[in-house]
Amino acid sequence: MAKVKVPRKSTTVDMTAMTDVAFLLLTFFMLATKFKPDEPVIVDTPSSVSEIKLPESDIMLLTIDKRGRVFFGIDGQQTREALIQRMAERYKMTFTPQEVKEFSLQSSFGIPIAQMSQFLKMTNEEKGKADFSGIPIDSLNNELGDWIWQARLSNNNFRVAIKGDRDADMPTVKRVIAILQEKKVNRFNFITSLEKAN
Amino acid sequence: MAEIDSSGGGKHKGGKKKGKKLSTRVDFTPMVDLGFLLITFFMLTTSMNKPQTMEINMPVKEDKIEDGSKVKASQAITLLLANDNKIVYYFVDPTTGAPGTPQITNYSAGGIRATLLKENKLRNSRIDSIPIYKSMLNNHKITEEEYKTNVSDIKNDKNALIVVIKASDHSKYNNLVDILDEMLICNIGRYAVVDITQPEIDMLKTVNLE
Repeated sequence: MAKVKVPRKSTTVDMTAMTDVAFLLLTFFMLATKFKPDEPVIVDTPSSVSEIKLPESDIMLLTIDKRGRVFFGIDGQQTREALIQRMAERYKMTFTPQEVKEFSLQSSFGIPIAQMSQFLKMTNEEKGKADFSGIPIDSLNNELGDWIWQARLSNNNFRVAIKGDRDADMPTVKRVIAILQEKKVNRFNFITSLEKAN
Repeated sequence: MAEIDSSGGGKHKGGKKKGKKLSTRVDFTPMVDLGFLLITFFMLTTSMNKPQTMEINMPVKEDKIEDGSKVKASQAITLLLANDNKIVYYFVDPTTGAPGTPQITNYSAGGIRATLLKENKLRNSRIDSIPIYKSMLNNHKITEEEYKTNVSDIKNDKNALIVVIKASDHSKYNNLVDILDEMLICNIGRYAVVDITQPEIDMLKTVNLE
């Protein structure tokens, strides 16, 4: 009986197709990725059953951390540029074009306007280490109100979102809400995370 | 197939030097590795889900809520958000107008939720039909639009429970969000977040809370 000759097959596989798939997926993820804007503080949001999603753009974000500091953030570079110029006018300050440019790159900040120039000079590492005092919210020095008002003058389509920490104290939260009402913002969102199934 | 010509430049046996035929095939394996590495990176950094939010409408400051619409005392429940994750609630006596005895409860399902559901059902019997509409919606018997109109009609029934939320200065933001969440869960259409008053702060003190 003649021996059946098993043809020796190469074990190597054509990788081209796999590369195609890999890069297709890579392209998808690269385009779909939107990097999280760096936040000055870590905030642990309360959970809720609400399933309303936050709109993608035109968000004015007020962050309240657990120590009761308030941070202000706004969408869009042009809006930020317009905003800082309005605020400079309001507080009789001047910012160099470079500072304005730098401000337009800040997603969120929490310092009194008097320290703004100093803040804009900081490098990212310094900002990471710095301990910000938050935006003043007391009635004598209501800078937050001015920020909100000037931002609304620059672009009136803003949706105000409050991102509070679970342990943020109520007087601060109430004060922020009162400022919003003073500035005729009677409709706003609370950012929450999805309730864990229990 | 994908392979590397690793034979090197060995000498040929023959004396005549032949131009060696190099394979044009390249090994793609490292490229695939790199591709998948980057995919993994982007997959992990991508945040697909947008944050959840809760909408809240506050009354316009100028017209006071007390003047605008008189709330029937028998319909209203006042929740005082106290410290230590406790809620104190009371009803106002419809005849005398005096606040009733404060009851202490908490944010668990058996606490404030049970109370709200019970009280709302007493006043608004139609509340039971919301789950029926929900199942009809799931079975595609009614449209999303019809569902919303019906539910909001039931929620805003004129006899339905009205919840007045007053947060004390010693409560946390988490408490406020939790209680607004309960409004959603218990299908309460009419509620308001109002500032706490001095008699209520005193009332909290009588039950050893602040």
